[in-house]
Amino acid sequence: MTGKPDYLIALFNSVSHVIRAERILNGQGIPHKIVPVPKHISSDCGVCIRFLPEYRDQIIQKLEGKTEIIEIREL
Amino acid sequence: MSAIYFDNAATSWPKPEAMMRAMADFNANVGANPGRSGHRLSIEAGRIVFDARERIAVLLGAGDPCTVIFARNATEAVNTAVRGLLRPGDHVITSSMEHNSVMRPLRAAEREGVELTVVACSASGEISPADVARAVKRNTRALFVTHASNVTGTIMPVDELAAVAHERGILICVDAAQTAGSVPIEVEKTGIDMLFFTGHKSLYGPQGTGGMYIRKGLEALVAPLERGGTGSRSEFEDQPEFMPDRFESGTPNTIGIAGLGAGVEHVLSTGVETIRKKEAALTGLFMEGLRAVGGVTVYGPREALKKTAVVSFGIEGISPSDISFGLDERFNIMSRPGLHCAPSAHRTIGTFPTGTVRFSFGIFNTEEEINAALRAIEILVKENK
Ligand SMILES: Cc1ncc(COP(=O)(O)O)c(C=O)c1O
Repeated sequence: MTGKPDYLIALFNSVSHVIRAERILNGQGIPHKIVPVPKHISSDCGVCIRFLPEYRDQIIQKLEGKTEIIEIREL
Repeated sequence: MSAIYFDNAATSWPKPEAMMRAMADFNANVGANPGRSGHRLSIEAGRIVFDARERIAVLLGAGDPCTVIFARNATEAVNTAVRGLLRPGDHVITSSMEHNSVMRPLRAAEREGVELTVVACSASGEISPADVARAVKRNTRALFVTHASNVTGTIMPVDELAAVAHERGILICVDAAQTAGSVPIEVEKTGIDMLFFTGHKSLYGPQGTGGMYIRKGLEALVAPLERGGTGSRSEFEDQPEFMPDRFESGTPNTIGIAGLGAGVEHVLSTGVETIRKKEAALTGLFMEGLRAVGGVTVYGPREALKKTAVVSFGIEGISPSDISFGLDERFNIMSRPGLHCAPSAHRTIGTFPTGTVRFSFGIFNTEEEINAALRAIEILVKENK
């Protein structure tokens, strides 16, 4: 145990989609951060969005139909 | 007297302060390659590109910013559409008022087996939707049409043309190089399939920027012109199929797009309707003044509301290049003589091969400038008598 919170990450097709997600989540006030896709995860793009598990459902709901999440994974 | 710039249809100038600031700021403080590296400057560059994309989507009435892709200019976007969409055996329709950036790619496609019909427009550059409907055949794929002529300013009835296209089951691809930013456009409401824009005219961005809107889903039927690095799906050797990466290979013109984003923001905050009214007023004032000067022929629609802020005219007995040269040398007025890269349009209005003098106004022009130009033209006419 490192004592760090257990984050989830959402993967997107490309940086355009990541930024679109960021703009929407900012607008909704949902805490998140753009981070590089971790090396051990096969990536479709250089960055992804990291968030706490409690925001998972909200994030899926707010991005629905606007920008496609390829996958949500544990960090 | 400072220069009077009446060549905004070629490229707008001056540009908004914010546009120059955005470009300087990108170079001074961001500089990175968008979507390539994952560090904060790269992400910031990605935000700048995204914001420009989103603003253009808003301006054009497109719901999804990723239906907007960037290119070097409108010409590259038109080439992508013509080469990516049309196959030998297809039939395509266009108007006789097209700029060479549409006409030449279509003529090249014709030599490769695409059938082309050029619908003749009236002497004032107007197209009849019924003529377009009549030109549709069993193998017709698309209509490529300008939203407004760069020679006469004639605004084409895109709503009616889109209705014809939908009714006949063909695509409508619109060249908005002369209108994006200065005439309202609603791609989704109108049902436009593809729309080409350039960044350096009425969007007040820098040269070397432009792009197109592609209706969602249609991208699958359009092969990209180029393939290469996108920063996405790097582990695969095939081009990604999703938008916008499908059509955006290689490092983009990020500094240019930064400027374009700021230019579009200026247009959005000013309001396209406000811009349209201002430009129509200047155009009306100029045309009225020209008619009062004897010996001047004005081409295109008489009403400012039927056209963009473009006025083509000729003076009996003086060649267009001599008029433009005289205006520049003696009065510090910049205009454009000749054929304006649109020989077919000049044939249509009866000014080929001599051409016309073209004045084109932008958001920074004033009534005083128009009046000064009218006085200068009057002097040229009198001297010639
Ligand atoms: C009607 C029209 N279409 C296309 C273009 C091409 O734009 P660009 O030179 O930016 O590719 C222009 C302007 O040059 C134009 O006036």
